[in-house]
Amino acid sequence: MSAQVPFEHCVVIVGVLFFVGLMGVLVRRDMIFLLLSLEIMINAAGLAFIVAGARWASPDGQVMFLFILSVAAAEVSIGLALVLWLYHWHRTVDVDRASEMRG
Amino acid sequence: MLDLLWLIPVLPFAGFLTLVFCGRRLPAGAIAAVGSGCVGLSMVASLLILADFIGAPPPGLSYSQTLWTWLQIGGFAPVLGFYLDGLSLVMVVVITFVGFLILLYSTRFMEVNEDYSRFFAYMNLFVGSMLLLVLADNLLFLYLGWEGVGLCSYLLIGFWYRESENGKAAMKAFLVTRIGDTSLVVGFFILFMSLGTLQIQDLVQKAGNLWVPGSSVATAAAALLLGGAVGKSAQLPLQTWLPDAMAGPTPVSALIHAATMVTAGVYLIARMHLLFILAPYVQFIVALIGLVTLLVAGASALVQRDIKKILAYSTMSQVGYMFLALGVGAWSAAISHFVTHAFFKALLFLSAGVVIQALDNEHDIFKMGGLRKTFPIAFWTFVSGAVSLSAFPFVTAGFYSKEMILSLAWSSTKGGAWLWTAGIVGALLTSIYAFRMVFVAFFGNGGPVRMRPAVAMKAPLVILSILSIVGGLLILPSGALAIFGNLLHAALPGDRLIPAASSSHAVLKTVASLVGPVGCFVAGFLYLARPSWVAVLADNGFSAIVGRFWFVGWGFDWLYKGLLVNPFMWIARINKDDVIDLFYRLCAFATALGARALVATQSGKVRWYVMGMALGVAVYIAIAVFL
Amino acid sequence: MTVAFYVASAVAIIAAFMTVTRLNAIRALLYFVVSLLAVALIMLLLGAPLAAALEAIIYAGAIMVLFVFVVMILSIGPRQVSQERQWLRSSVWAGPAVLTLILLIELLYVLTKAGRTSMSGGQVAPAQVGRSLFGPYLLGVELASMLLLVGLVGAFHLAYRLGENKQGNPREE
Repeated sequence: MSAQVPFEHCVVIVGVLFFVGLMGVLVRRDMIFLLLSLEIMINAAGLAFIVAGARWASPDGQVMFLFILSVAAAEVSIGLALVLWLYHWHRTVDVDRASEMRG
Repeated sequence: MLDLLWLIPVLPFAGFLTLVFCGRRLPAGAIAAVGSGCVGLSMVASLLILADFIGAPPPGLSYSQTLWTWLQIGGFAPVLGFYLDGLSLVMVVVITFVGFLILLYSTRFMEVNEDYSRFFAYMNLFVGSMLLLVLADNLLFLYLGWEGVGLCSYLLIGFWYRESENGKAAMKAFLVTRIGDTSLVVGFFILFMSLGTLQIQDLVQKAGNLWVPGSSVATAAAALLLGGAVGKSAQLPLQTWLPDAMAGPTPVSALIHAATMVTAGVYLIARMHLLFILAPYVQFIVALIGLVTLLVAGASALVQRDIKKILAYSTMSQVGYMFLALGVGAWSAAISHFVTHAFFKALLFLSAGVVIQALDNEHDIFKMGGLRKTFPIAFWTFVSGAVSLSAFPFVTAGFYSKEMILSLAWSSTKGGAWLWTAGIVGALLTSIYAFRMVFVAFFGNGGPVRMRPAVAMKAPLVILSILSIVGGLLILPSGALAIFGNLLHAALPGDRLIPAASSSHAVLKTVASLVGPVGCFVAGFLYLARPSWVAVLADNGFSAIVGRFWFVGWGFDWLYKGLLVNPFMWIARINKDDVIDLFYRLCAFATALGARALVATQSGKVRWYVMGMALGVAVYIAIAVFL
Repeated sequence: MTVAFYVASAVAIIAAFMTVTRLNAIRALLYFVVSLLAVALIMLLLGAPLAAALEAIIYAGAIMVLFVFVVMILSIGPRQVSQERQWLRSSVWAGPAVLTLILLIELLYVLTKAGRTSMSGGQVAPAQVGRSLFGPYLLGVELASMLLLVGLVGAFHLAYRLGENKQGNPREE
């Protein structure tokens, strides 16, 4: 069972999802929310690959989605460990506090 | 024997090097021996060469010795060589002889301290450079000697460098002569560009063939060479350094600023006489400069109090006579006057040095007095020098040379009665100030004396005074002892005379002969018999003003200070932070500003960077899609 | 089918939007889980059942749980609400909203120029995907496993050091 939806519509949906995530990255100051918004973006990218794979009925899209998934998993684990460290050092979840690379 | 020529400049240079490297470690006697001995050996060599030159004259009456080719670039291949003819031989003999006597004198005059070897080193460097200057066959090496003597003049004027005034006097001398040197170098450029060589003999031959008399290139070259000569010989308008140069030790004044360096300009013009003959306007200017200088300097000498300054202005004036002679075409007369002037001026300076040292560094003649009885040798030698300077008739060397100049000033085709008259007036002034010195310093009553001169100082005085009296025989155009005269007349062109003038010769000669004694009488009357008249003249309105004007050297220092020095210092002051540098500081500032701007974009915040990326993507897509 | 697709995509977008704008971390996480499930449905409707299953299991099931654990460790949630309210004034949303809108407009522009393309319509069975993974993309699979190993070791190392510092003594196993 598959829906007959125009390809462009799917791309628009993926794009909207991605931009919502981007907005979240730009706006939220909480480290957790930052990572969460990043996850939204990664998820949207994965969806894009699925859409492309469905367009050409090729398994490559799903394969790519699998790789993205593993990357996201690894990234989240390390990222959250780093968030814990930053919280330990600065006693706040404000990501702007970690700006020692300034200048 | 003539191939010993290269030794003559090399020996003093060797002395210089020895004293520079080992001077501190040698005992005073060794320093004196090396310092004066090298020039002494040079003198011996030059006398031997003189004997050989006269006894067996070389072909063409000139001898060239080339040492090596200095460099070769395209067509420019200057060769370091020495050229010996009558002119350079006379110069060499006088320089080494007088130089040796002065150095002998300074072995006892100069205080034996850590500066002792430095003095002799500089003096040897000077004598070596001067000899190089007169012997050089190539204008480039003449210029090397020229610069060398300028350097030594600076070093020796500022010898007692611990007093800052001496340093300033040395700098003034160096800077003013530098102006002349620049003019000289530009003249060399023109000569090279026009004639393609700086080898003197080739150059004058080519100039004679290629240049039209009175053409602009000849006039330009000759005028620029004249500029150099004027600077070195302290003639107007570059004469302001000579009175200040008396800050150096007395032997320095005797050797450099009386006998030798200031005559370098005279030598240059005499050596390049063919160029000046090709530029008659410039030759006339030479005479004019000589004339004006001799009058101005003579007037200034009349009102000075410092004995060395009187002698300095006197030198300026006598060199003016030499320039006058060169200007009217009396080439050998000018060099003859150089010879006699070297003898009596060095003598005057050395005996003045004896007096100054004995009175514990007192320079003011009005504070001296009665030295006639306390220093008989200094007195008689000084008198013989003054008598020669004033050109007393028949018994002095100065008479013959000055008389030669004056008669040629009247009767040469380039001369004239007005030149002769100015020369006579100058001679009168000379006689008055010379005897003013004698009467004020040596007659009357005096105070106690600190020390007596040593034999090494007395001997040169005696020798020079003998030469001042009888030296005239050497420079006569003909005669048994007329060694120099013969050489000069062979080397330099003869005099072209107006035939009609010879009839009035006897009258002129009588007038010229009487000027000396008349001046002596006037000075004696004013300073011995009626000193109150002098006081009246000095304090009374107009004559006091004139006297004051003459005292400051006719205002040239004031003029140059206002015209050149002050504007330059003003510019230097306002440009203290270097206006041109503003542009480069602006570049640095702009770069720093840009850097700060870029640094501001690095806020260290993650979200800021993401914003940057998103913005970049938006812009890029816009460009790619819409354009 | 088409209707289901559009409803699911609407849910996904709205849930994502809610995720980004919530003040309470736990609530945001829960909204995100909803979004993930909606996306899984979209994938299913596009004929990618394996991807849908993996999305639901791994993404919503593992990664989000990890997030919940960390949020609970840091005790952010109800405590941070007032701070979040302060940080999220409306003025803060202006710039990013404009930027995102520009990007969206550009995307729509590009897509409208492209015209309509239809999907091929077939399902891609899990067996096909598996064959692809063990065939051409074998190296990728190995690299992905290496990456997961690195993530594991890194996370363990960081957490170990953290545990050490917190207590002052080395952790006893």
